[in-house]
Amino acid sequence: MLRVARLLAAKDLRIELRSRVVTNQVLPFAAIVMVMFAFALNSDAVVSRVAPGLVWLATLFSLLTLVQRSFAIESADGATDALRAAGVDPAGIYLGKAIALAVQLAVLEVVLLLSAVVLYRAQLRLSGVVLLVTTFVAATCGLALVGTLYGGLAAGVRGRETLLPLLLLPVVAPVLIGATRATEAALGTGGATVADGWPWVGLLAVFVALFGVGGTLAFGPLIEE
Amino acid sequence: MEPVVRLSNAVAVLGQFPVLAGANLTVNRGEILLLQGPNGAGKTSLLRLCAGLLPLARGEATVLGCDLRTNRAAVRSRVGLLGHANGLYADLTVAENVAFWGSTVGASASEVTASLVRMGLSERLANVAVSRLSAGQKRRTALACLVARRAELWLLDEPHAGLDASGRDELDATLRDATSAGATIIVASHELERAGALASRVIEVAGGQIREITGHAGPEGVR
Repeated sequence: MLRVARLLAAKDLRIELRSRVVTNQVLPFAAIVMVMFAFALNSDAVVSRVAPGLVWLATLFSLLTLVQRSFAIESADGATDALRAAGVDPAGIYLGKAIALAVQLAVLEVVLLLSAVVLYRAQLRLSGVVLLVTTFVAATCGLALVGTLYGGLAAGVRGRETLLPLLLLPVVAPVLIGATRATEAALGTGGATVADGWPWVGLLAVFVALFGVGGTLAFGPLIEE
Repeated sequence: MEPVVRLSNAVAVLGQFPVLAGANLTVNRGEILLLQGPNGAGKTSLLRLCAGLLPLARGEATVLGCDLRTNRAAVRSRVGLLGHANGLYADLTVAENVAFWGSTVGASASEVTASLVRMGLSERLANVAVSRLSAGQKRRTALACLVARRAELWLLDEPHAGLDASGRDELDATLRDATSAGATIIVASHELERAGALASRVIEVAGGQIREITGHAGPEGVR
């Protein structure tokens, strides 16, 4: 399973390096979303206060694009069917695609966080760095795991482009809430302390564990259908 | 020697519709078997059943010694199914695609190189992105992937579709080479003249049933 996961992740990341879809399309899209939020809210104080939530909202919107792209790679020339026909371990496919998605999300999130510092004047604190990094790692894993699972679910369905957001966004609500609260605590937004953030990281960890195990078990029957 | 494929009263169902209705078939090692029949006759379903992708509803079916009733997934890593799509990644090069598919069964770098050489893809084309290949070159790349995957049974659905005359000649030569190397091939095709010349045996699939058209022929094909 881990060998297949490494193989799939390396393949997806190599395709991204060649096509540069994240660099040329998803990153600019996320940056535009951040700028549009600033235009819509039109207040430095408000934007600074809600900066963590906006970062994670922009991440979620970008996640939809990344997941669609991840499965479009497979369906373009029938590779999903070919993987199934070749007897490739579905759990390995799931983990491999989730790892590749997590790497792309991590790059995106770093850019979004830096954008928040520049555009929204969000304050990074040394005391909150560990919480911030842990939050980003946990939320990234959670989003990648659930995104891959629902991407696989929607991939074989007619109208998948519109179905995916409908299925995925409600499920990732706990990640949005947990990651936003924990990021607020790490940045000290609204007087929150670092200690306030750790229970939310716990929520993210539970989410990762649930979808890590559940997704690994469910992905095979899912693509088999 | 045990047949590569043995179906006995095999029934397969898609939704409520029986796509194979009591099919009987035996395919021996090294054969090139041509499936002919009208659209919707069950040719693709027969290939997908043999690939372990379509469940067996009734009857008996063994492929490469694997019982499809009890564990159809077991046969998949030993079978190569090439449908209308090639299963290639457009942004990767020919060599990277073949290496990827070879790696799914743990093929070594030398096996991947040998696959490229065998399909005439080892030189200039090896480092060309699949998105820049012609239809025939893509088909050859997909076949190289089957070779790298060490497929023992090749299941080809309309393999000549989209190929020009030279691409078809290359494909035929490739299939003959593959059988010489020990592979068994089942081809579904509407191009009876070309595929018939290649095949050692022809069967007709109609209404989910199988009927033998010709017996075994010499290496130059069915008379």
